[in-house]
Amino acid sequence: MIKLENVSKKFGTGVFALSDISIAVDKGEFVFLVGATGAGKTTIFRLLTREMLPTDGTIMVGNWDVVKLPHSKIPHLRKKVGVVFQDLKILMDRTIFENVVLPLEVAGFKSQDARKKVEEVLEKVGIVNHRDKFPIQLSGGELQRAAIARALVLTPEIILADEPTGNLDVATAFEIVKLLSDINAKGTTIIMATHNTEIIKNLPKRVIGLDKGRLVRDDKNNKKDKEEGKK
Amino acid sequence: MTFKTTWRNIRRSPYQAFAAILIMMLTFLVASFFTFLLVGSSKVISYFESKPTLTAFFQNDAKQEDIKSLEKNLKTTGKVAVIKFVSKQEALSIYRQQNKNDPLLLDLVTEDILPASLEISAIKIEDLPSIHGILKSSPIVSQIIYQKEVVSTLISWTNALRRIGIGLIIVLGVVSVFIIVTIIGIKISQKKNDIEIMRLIGASGWYIRWPFIIEGIFYGIVGTILGFGIATGSIWYLTPFLSSFLKGIPIFPVSPIFLLALLGVELFIAIVLGAFSSFLAVLRYLK
Repeated sequence: MIKLENVSKKFGTGVFALSDISIAVDKGEFVFLVGATGAGKTTIFRLLTREMLPTDGTIMVGNWDVVKLPHSKIPHLRKKVGVVFQDLKILMDRTIFENVVLPLEVAGFKSQDARKKVEEVLEKVGIVNHRDKFPIQLSGGELQRAAIARALVLTPEIILADEPTGNLDVATAFEIVKLLSDINAKGTTIIMATHNTEIIKNLPKRVIGLDKGRLVRDDKNNKKDKEEGKK
Repeated sequence: MTFKTTWRNIRRSPYQAFAAILIMMLTFLVASFFTFLLVGSSKVISYFESKPTLTAFFQNDAKQEDIKSLEKNLKTTGKVAVIKFVSKQEALSIYRQQNKNDPLLLDLVTEDILPASLEISAIKIEDLPSIHGILKSSPIVSQIIYQKEVVSTLISWTNALRRIGIGLIIVLGVVSVFIIVTIIGIKISQKKNDIEIMRLIGASGWYIRWPFIIEGIFYGIVGTILGFGIATGSIWYLTPFLSSFLKGIPIFPVSPIFLLALLGVELFIAIVLGAFSSFLAVLRYLK
């Protein structure tokens, strides 16, 4: 589903955000992307949505070669990959409904169909009662749910969640992870960036670790190595 | 959706919208006024051109038989359609009629001051110079008023007006473009965050651009309707006064077909101007 091969990203300042990373994520997987601030988690997400191009390497998302993707096709890619941004990127002058309906409007849905879909997704994330409120009237956890709803509304095959529990209390953070886990159970591939070790410990999912732009841990590979070692 | 976004953009910054509409209104108000002025003056010119008339004023001591023989002379050329003698008495009564509301002017003028005259209409406008030649050579004629001169004065006035009008419209048009580019540019900068989010969730370039371009077109259309409305309203209000001033010249009432055609042309130009300005802004600020 997602494949990064020997991907490096060097910024104009000469700093390597990523050095020679190779990762493959299968369809329907739930992966934690862990690492300290500046490890390169967000850079991977930005590369996957073609917000930026890598300095080296190839990136495949589904059948798309993201590096060679023509400009006109970028909107199509972004409709297939739902992103929960670290800073949420919720429009403060629009209601929760208007924020969540945005991807549907962009994709050209009829307003009646869009309304129905938004209702469904708000119900799923548990904030349907807040549909007509403005972001400023919602708590951090509720806003996070709104951001997830917006990422989910186009039923994407992949969801990239960048530190979705970053500013939340433990209980709310677990609720959010539970929500993402439920979405994953229905077949959506999820990559969640986090540095919350409690969550990783409590949810037995694959973990990819990054440190200063280098791959330092990949449970899947470790598992394979161990299996091969036994043989 | 595009229209909804456009309308929201306009509603949320009413002062900018007001400024954009105002400058468009001014441009098309001036354009409408100059069009009325130029069309009106060209009608006045063709009216005078279609009247091949000369007026010859006689010396005070001109004798009746000399005038009669000159009249006969002119008739024999076969170029004269109508010839009318206006005596001193008749001139005075015409003068009295024209100034009946001003007793001071009536007291000052007696029939001695007013000259007798011949009003001559030629069959063809080309015959005017030869009739003018006959009159000029006559010793009893003191002054000849030649319509051709009136027409050429009018033409030079109209040409000057046209130049001033076109110049003014171009300057205002350019100012409108710059103001709309600036206003749309400010709006794009204000909405940078929204635009970034839209892009990240898969909005295409044109999905983002269209509302801004439609906004420019909206300013053009509203400004034109207001400018045209004010200009037409003023003409309608001034019609009684102007039609008595331009008595005999068939300008009023202004034909509704002409007004509709003018509105159509102005709307077309406004749409092009608005779309062009906002497109420039989009090119400049939305990269």
